[in-house]
Amino acid sequence: MQNVKHIFGIFADYLGQYFKTRLAYRADFLGDFVSNLISELINLVFIIVVFTHVPLMKEWTRDEIIFIYGFFLVPYALFSMFFGFWDFNERYIIRGEMDRILTRPIHNLAQVCLESIAPDRIFGVITGLIIMGYAAFQLDLTFYWYDLFIFIGLVISGALIYGGVYTAIAAVSFFSDSRTGIAPMIYNIQQYGRYPVDVYNKAIRFVLTYVLPFAFVGIYPAAYFLRKEVWYTYAALTPVVAVIFFGIGLLVWNWGVTKYRGAGS
Amino acid sequence: MHKLYMELIRMRFLTMLAYRVNYYSGIIIYAINIGAYYFLWGAIYGGQQQLGGLSVEQMTSYVAIAWMSRAFYFNNIDTEIAQDVREGKVAIEMIRPYNYLSVKTAQAFGEGIFRFLFFAGPGIFLISLIIPFHFPATATGWGLYLISLMFAFLINTQINLLTGLFTFFLFRNDGMMRAKRVVVDLMSGLVLPISFFPGWAQTVMGFLPFQAVNYYPSLIFTGAITPGRSWELIGFQAIWMVVILVPILILWRMARNRLVVQGG
Repeated sequence: MQNVKHIFGIFADYLGQYFKTRLAYRADFLGDFVSNLISELINLVFIIVVFTHVPLMKEWTRDEIIFIYGFFLVPYALFSMFFGFWDFNERYIIRGEMDRILTRPIHNLAQVCLESIAPDRIFGVITGLIIMGYAAFQLDLTFYWYDLFIFIGLVISGALIYGGVYTAIAAVSFFSDSRTGIAPMIYNIQQYGRYPVDVYNKAIRFVLTYVLPFAFVGIYPAAYFLRKEVWYTYAALTPVVAVIFFGIGLLVWNWGVTKYRGAGS
Repeated sequence: MHKLYMELIRMRFLTMLAYRVNYYSGIIIYAINIGAYYFLWGAIYGGQQQLGGLSVEQMTSYVAIAWMSRAFYFNNIDTEIAQDVREGKVAIEMIRPYNYLSVKTAQAFGEGIFRFLFFAGPGIFLISLIIPFHFPATATGWGLYLISLMFAFLINTQINLLTGLFTFFLFRNDGMMRAKRVVVDLMSGLVLPISFFPGWAQTVMGFLPFQAVNYYPSLIFTGAITPGRSWELIGFQAIWMVVILVPILILWRMARNRLVVQGG
């Protein structure tokens, strides 16, 4: 426990450093912020434009789809804030930086997360909440006091699912130091999780539920707040899936570290 | 000079060939995207015959060809320029006896040819086996599409050069380049055909070059418009190409005068 507290303390220190470096390139800081906002809103444009032509998509209304999208943004933002090592292979394996990581006193995954932390992604949470709030208002959703805690639980679970999947993918680099191109592949698959799974065929639904459980980061937990009782079981399973997948990610990572031989100079 | 650029195109082509993993994962990514939109559009159409002037079949053809066109015109030369600037390599590039921007364009072209031959070609064939797909019926149709696609490549490359050149002034502009990518994907008609947008949005986009990047060639491919109209669209593309050249040349002049080499 002491250890975990120590890690969080270091996170706070890194945050301070992060803002100093980011503010050195102010134009980019602003550009980053605007670009994130734009890419978040463009998906919204897709939904809104499509629904000017049709009233329903399978049985889902426009505002329900918007709500799911807004929900998705929150765990996604948390995830990209703490697990920003998209370029792990290039940055740590090919350049041999991993050697330095291994000499650091805290757990190596925590150290990698620290170095790629991206606190400005927190704005994604705000965008998500605004989009969700708008949809909830339009849909006249009612919330109970305990929903707040359920929400927080589901959001953290969602972020951990992403974290687990991407940690496992990054760990692949320990076994083969050539570029694999898996990460961009997964990145594209995760976009599927933003829409109700019953839109897709059985195979894709299976993948999104059991193999790369991205549906647990969007549609399943959001369905709870939309009071879609058919999906309640899946919503309730979200934390379980999170523990399992983050566990797998961590295991693969730790195993990979033992196989790490070092490259570069 | 001519020979030099041919060589650059060839070199990039061979480099692409060497990094085969990127190639395989690229095919899968495009398949994933086309698949996602295929199902999404299926659900959106539901029982409806026509939306935004397109039937379900035309829509699926449109989605497929739009992504395949993207395979040809897409490139990352803006990120490459940014990297050259940040690492200081650009200083060396500038004293070499060629034009840096033309070199980047030639490299992008090598990349485009590679993806067109090994990627879009087989891809479109595979897709035509799975989903109903209409190829242009005549040689003229093909010719028009290819001419339009060539212009699409040039315009998109120019947009990339422009964003890349901003690195000279901002030093870091990853955010801007990322924003550009999503904006181009949306406004070029890749995710949504332009005819789906509300009237006022179509008017606004009429004043922007992005449709010329994807919507025009894809429209020509689906055969939804007459050859006369196709020529008109190609004419618009040519005009845009000339128009965008102006800010590029101005920025390039300014960039050379105030280059700050970082690192290096």
